[in-house]
Amino acid sequence: MSSLQTRQGSLKIVDAARVAARGALFVTEARLRAMVKWVWLIISIAIANPVLYLVSIGLGLGSYIDKNTGAMGVDGVSYLTFLAPALLATAAIQGAMDESVYPTLEGFKWNKTFFSMNATPLSGNQIAMGVFFNSLIRTIFTAVIYWLVMLAFGVLESPRAWLAIFTAVMAGAAFGAFMQALAGFLENENVFFTIVERFIIMPLFLFSGTFYPLTNMPIFLQWIGWISPLWHATELGRWLTYGSEISTPMLLLHFIFLNSILIFGLIASRRIFTKRLGK
Amino acid sequence: MSQSLIHARELTKKFGDFTAVNGINFDVVKGESFGLLGPNGAGKSTAMRMIGATSQRTSGDLTILDKDPDLFGPQIRAHLGVVPQQDNLDTHLSVTDNLYIYGRYFGLSRKFLKGKIEELLTFAQLEEKRNAKVESLSGGMKRRLTIARALVSEPEILMLDEPTTGLDPQARHILWDRLFRLKEDGVTLLITTHFMDEAEQLCDRLVVMDKGAIMAEGSPAQLIKDYSTKEVLEVRFGSERNAHMADDLRQLCDRIEELPDRILMYTEDGEELLERVYKKGFHPKTSLVRRSSLEDVFLRLTGRTLID
Ligand SMILES: Nc1ncnc2c1ncn2[C@@H]1O[C@H](COP(=O)(O)OP(=O)(O)O)[C@@H](O)[C@H]1O
Ligand SMILES: [Mg+2]
Repeated sequence: MSSLQTRQGSLKIVDAARVAARGALFVTEARLRAMVKWVWLIISIAIANPVLYLVSIGLGLGSYIDKNTGAMGVDGVSYLTFLAPALLATAAIQGAMDESVYPTLEGFKWNKTFFSMNATPLSGNQIAMGVFFNSLIRTIFTAVIYWLVMLAFGVLESPRAWLAIFTAVMAGAAFGAFMQALAGFLENENVFFTIVERFIIMPLFLFSGTFYPLTNMPIFLQWIGWISPLWHATELGRWLTYGSEISTPMLLLHFIFLNSILIFGLIASRRIFTKRLGK
Repeated sequence: MSQSLIHARELTKKFGDFTAVNGINFDVVKGESFGLLGPNGAGKSTAMRMIGATSQRTSGDLTILDKDPDLFGPQIRAHLGVVPQQDNLDTHLSVTDNLYIYGRYFGLSRKFLKGKIEELLTFAQLEEKRNAKVESLSGGMKRRLTIARALVSEPEILMLDEPTTGLDPQARHILWDRLFRLKEDGVTLLITTHFMDEAEQLCDRLVVMDKGAIMAEGSPAQLIKDYSTKEVLEVRFGSERNAHMADDLRQLCDRIEELPDRILMYTEDGEELLERVYKKGFHPKTSLVRRSSLEDVFLRLTGRTLID
């Protein structure tokens, strides 16, 4: 009865070429199946995060700063308008990190699912890309919600403001891919949490021209902004949402920087995943 | 395709300076059940990962289904079912979803998987647990699910790394029964274990491994014939007396082994030997006559027991 009567054999039913072509999507599909279980949490975070930030800063800090800066505001706009694109990019980065760092640590170490995936025709490259696609989906979702809340708060002044969704997603994707590679590389997750979070992620957040223009920083600290995807995305976001002044070469530079980090992160992730799985 | 599904020559794996698998040779032919028997640290799992076309070998030749895993990893893995030593089920997902996503990794269609999952739930006796989260399953159930998962793609070769370690006797017997059925269905099995009874039960042919090397090869019966006597007399004199009794007993039979708690005497006829022991005026506290097992083969080959 329970013998496998219908057996045809893998030589008949498994098409390795199909997996070679679409494998990464199968990895993404599997993770999405898990994510739907906490989809309400993801939605709540995506909404609560912008609402809380924009209310507290808009009504609190923002109005206080606006009172003191007068009609000129910060960079010619209200503080909330100035700050919002940075918060948008930050949220996109956080969403990307949540879906790239944790699944990577989990897949390699906590429940070792990457090893079970790699025992199938899936390759390390495909597993890396599958994780990346998931983080991209989460990032886009987070950024779109954030942007809609910004719209409701009236901080989007330019008609091309919707493009800020893309630049924020670009920052999230770049940072996520980079951190995915790092999480795969550092085999000890404690290193990740103690060193990387405190000494890389926090400073990048604080020193990326998030709360005030980067040029307000002493020159010897400005380099932190230059290497931070957050600053580049924030600059693009400010240009897109309220038309801050920026030269074309700088626009290009921001764009190229973010995409270079993204490409580097993806190549590194693929290599690191393949190497670690093949040990 | 040639006769042997797996072909290894001088297969070696090093981790830095440490050699985990040291130039092993073997062939596995279609439809047989082949075992790697050895204690912890022998290099069984490392060998399995190389054969599973995931871990890269350091040197030597290896072909699986006539392909080199360095060049055709995914194409080989498409026809393997792997049960790793440690269960690595997706703990976020239910029993059914674990089977489903694994089938998807092989590119199988949703329609095919729908029927397949039902079949596997029955096979693994997990119908009632179909919607349970993996975390809530017992060790035996997780193991059966991992085996069911490995079967979702109807693999040509099923590889089981210590399939019953950590299971209670009842769960082990259920598992063995499932594996027998697979064998009857013509699935080629590759099994590692450090339980000699498991190797005797499940394997048509096996290699005995120790410290990365193969010590002997053959069917369980042949190995016992080649490396041990028909019967074994186990005597205990109490731990402090065992050692100095050993010298006296040595004269009574071909070979003896001293273990911390007992002395093993190798002979063709255990009862007859026991009589001679008594006749000599030795009075063991307990005695037992049994047939030789693979444990004795291992002891003979390495001077150590399989499970320490
Ligand atoms: N990734 C690894 N890095 C370093 N040493 C390893 C690694 N995997 C296994 N080993 C070592 O190789 C030896 C054989 O291990 P293993 O193949 O797991 O043995 P078995 O499965 O027979 O118990 C052990 O000494 C183990 O510590
Ligand atoms: Mg092992």
